[in-house]
Amino acid sequence: MNKPPSFLTDALIAEDIDAYLDQHQHKSLLRFITCGSVDDGKSTLIGRLLYDSRMIFEDQLAALESDSKRHGTQGEEIDFALLVDGLAAEREQGITIDVAYRFFTTEKRKFIVADTPGHEQYTRNMVTGASTADLAVILVDARKGVLQQTRRHSYLVHLLGIRHVVLAVNKMDLVGYDRAVFDRIVADYRAFATSIGISDFTAIPISGFKGDNITALSANTPWYSGPALIAHLETVEVDAAAAQTQPFRMPVQWVNRPNLDFRGFAGQIASGTIRPGDQVRIVPSGKTSTVARIVTFDGDLDEAVAGQSVTLTLADEVDCSRGDLIAAAGDPPQASDQFCATFVWMDEEALKPGRGYWLKMGTQMVTATIQPPKYEIDVNSLEHLAAKTLGLNAIGVAEFATDRAIAFEAYGVSRQLGGFILIDKFTNATVAAGMIAFSLRRADNVHWQPLAITRDDHAELKNQTPRVLWFTGLSGSGKSTIANEVEKQLFLMNRHTFLLDGDNVRHGLNRDLGFTEADRIENIRRVGEVAKLMADAGLIVLTAFISPFRAEREMVRAMLRKGEFIEIFVDTPLDVAEARDVKGLYKKARAGQLKNFTGIDSPYEPPENPEIRVNTVDMTPEEAARHIIARILPLK
Amino acid sequence: MRSLTHLERLEAESIHIFREVVAEAENPVMLYSVGKDSSVMLHLARKAFYPAPPPFPVLHVASGWDFADLLAHRDRTVREYGLKLIIAENEEAEAQGINPFDTGSALYSQAQLTDPLKRALTAHGFDAAFGGGRRDEEKARAKERIFSFRNASHRWDPKNQRPELWNLYNAKKAKGESIRVFPISNWTELDIWQYIALEKIDIVPLYFSKPRPTVERDGMILVVDDDRFRLDPGEEPVTRSVRFRTLGCYPLTGATVSRATEMNDIIQEMLLATGSERQGRAIDKGQSASMEDKKAEGYF
Repeated sequence: MNKPPSFLTDALIAEDIDAYLDQHQHKSLLRFITCGSVDDGKSTLIGRLLYDSRMIFEDQLAALESDSKRHGTQGEEIDFALLVDGLAAEREQGITIDVAYRFFTTEKRKFIVADTPGHEQYTRNMVTGASTADLAVILVDARKGVLQQTRRHSYLVHLLGIRHVVLAVNKMDLVGYDRAVFDRIVADYRAFATSIGISDFTAIPISGFKGDNITALSANTPWYSGPALIAHLETVEVDAAAAQTQPFRMPVQWVNRPNLDFRGFAGQIASGTIRPGDQVRIVPSGKTSTVARIVTFDGDLDEAVAGQSVTLTLADEVDCSRGDLIAAAGDPPQASDQFCATFVWMDEEALKPGRGYWLKMGTQMVTATIQPPKYEIDVNSLEHLAAKTLGLNAIGVAEFATDRAIAFEAYGVSRQLGGFILIDKFTNATVAAGMIAFSLRRADNVHWQPLAITRDDHAELKNQTPRVLWFTGLSGSGKSTIANEVEKQLFLMNRHTFLLDGDNVRHGLNRDLGFTEADRIENIRRVGEVAKLMADAGLIVLTAFISPFRAEREMVRAMLRKGEFIEIFVDTPLDVAEARDVKGLYKKARAGQLKNFTGIDSPYEPPENPEIRVNTVDMTPEEAARHIIARILPLK
Repeated sequence: MRSLTHLERLEAESIHIFREVVAEAENPVMLYSVGKDSSVMLHLARKAFYPAPPPFPVLHVASGWDFADLLAHRDRTVREYGLKLIIAENEEAEAQGINPFDTGSALYSQAQLTDPLKRALTAHGFDAAFGGGRRDEEKARAKERIFSFRNASHRWDPKNQRPELWNLYNAKKAKGESIRVFPISNWTELDIWQYIALEKIDIVPLYFSKPRPTVERDGMILVVDDDRFRLDPGEEPVTRSVRFRTLGCYPLTGATVSRATEMNDIIQEMLLATGSERQGRAIDKGQSASMEDKKAEGYF
């Protein structure tokens, strides 16, 4: 076995280790991803990079040689792919089924490669690998040209915001290093890339197996005038450097309070630079202060930049905790509780629109509900398809609502402040990755004053005015039906509601009460207290009780703040309600089997001045609900 | 504008990971093997929480056959930095007749390392444990996540890992489940050594060459660290200048003949070496997927 060519200068290491270490110490880091179809030779290329950069030791090489004979697909030659196909089961199948990270170093840079699978069902893994990559190498088999998978991978690379794309036309040795083949593939790819918004890419003819144009330009392709793959990877600009030119933002990870005299906000700077004396704003509270110190283990810094993990102390005692963002005072990011995002579903169990998922972005963790997707994107044709949900590996666009405002940037501006994951609250699985496109409205509660948590704070957080919508009317008048409809419509408006239904409360809280006058009063008193607590928590409460007596309704009104109690009279005449008799109760009452039945042998006192009256003879429940909501607007 | 070097980026990433775990886990612990990777991890943990001390204890799984220098270094470090140390060990090893000379390597590592570790994690109710695994060490590690979930019996399921996107780690877990977290996943052996040199991190003297009493067995040079070392009839310890690239139980850890007495000598030797780091560990030998099997069992 010949000694592999090496990017590391053995002579320098041997003769002047100090000079070598000095060189190595100043290297930058580039993370990239390789994507290709199953047989495009991706693992072989990575194996080649590791081999050529001396990342393979003799004992590993010996294992590789024996493995090559057992599992290899290259006859007596070394099968580089075996070097990178990690887990035992995968090795038997000869397919990489997960994301693996590999490392190698050249004289100029250190590299981390995300190796992701090529076959169709693993969009999830590719998206994962792409999320941290600055550059993507898209492999095409010179014999096959641009395939559907090439298009899919390119789309995902673009979706995940990778700005540097390399088209590596591989296996050139198998097409006789034919320039015409290369040129045709590049032209095909250019047409497609332009159509999806990839404005620029670098095309390189290579052979991972033979080593052409990997570390050095190959004599087999004299017609190619561009750089070898490694030379190109060594010179591309790294994204982390670009982030420094943006306004300052640092998500607060942890508040460091070792003693009463020190209060530091620890985090990794997402963008921009910061110096002591700089004005900053805490988002979403809106409080401003000045940076006092940039504290690190190695001493205070005069300046810190994007990518560094630091601890800031502020000049003022401001409220700031995990999940808050410290931003440039004059140029803070937007905050909103509604936005539109593209997202990739990664779980076997499909998206459930309307269900609450944990949304983690930066250090913020909130509950998010997702509207039914506007559309799903077919990653092969890039067509927009109608969709009610998203299944595993599907990509779609939908509107998101969160239970409180979060600070963010569009993903195109900042991957760190615009990328999020969704977590299933029951299984704790990471079920989706999302990229915020734009805010649907600017939350107006960005600058609330941080106080002890009062009922106003609860309401403010929910971005609504608490109310108690008190439905009253005869049995069978349609209270529950209409209340349900109102709640549904409020929910779609992202309002936090709760419906207390007469029948349901009597199964639990008021199980001990009957239908005597006294019990009916106690029933309403208890419901009133519960509704009050819920209003204190900031909710819009809907109650559906016959509540036949004026006094009790007024008692509840008095418990609440002025204007909070909305009496809604569901005005259905007795004969209409009795004719409906949904539960068959009127029949029983008429037969004398039910005592104290309102309207039959117990009185109903209709409201004298209800806030809202609905006539269920002329209105459908939907119309009644719309009528009610129109009357209670604005909700805040 | 200044661009960060690869070591600065790795350091910042590791610090970020430490802080995420402390913010989201209830009862974290750091596995501390006292080796070079652990020393770097400890250094990063001190940086992450400075000026506060690391807000978690360190756990050392002691096999009873550790190098004396290693234990001395451990105790000195713990004292100097004011750390809380928990020692996990198999107290019945002697009664069970388990020792590195007679017991097969699989059973030995199970009884002396994996089981005591699992017992300690369960006994203290730790829900997150930092480990010093690096993805460049081994093929199975290359595919492991930074946050790696373990069920209530500490098993790893390589087919059911959560995707890790951007720098967002999902630390949510059910009762009884725990997370192994690998803050130095993306560091290579060279990065570790370079960082130790740059940051002047104090490491166990066993990494530096000096004359030590040795015997040669099965192609490995073993150091006779104390008088429990069982010599074969006629076997005489020979003094050789040796050092270690990796540290385990002394009767199972191969030394290399070396003249490297300074940090830069070590890095130079490493860069020019032709064998991988784990070659010196008897425990990792066997079929090539053996690390994956051990990891599934609960080994770090």
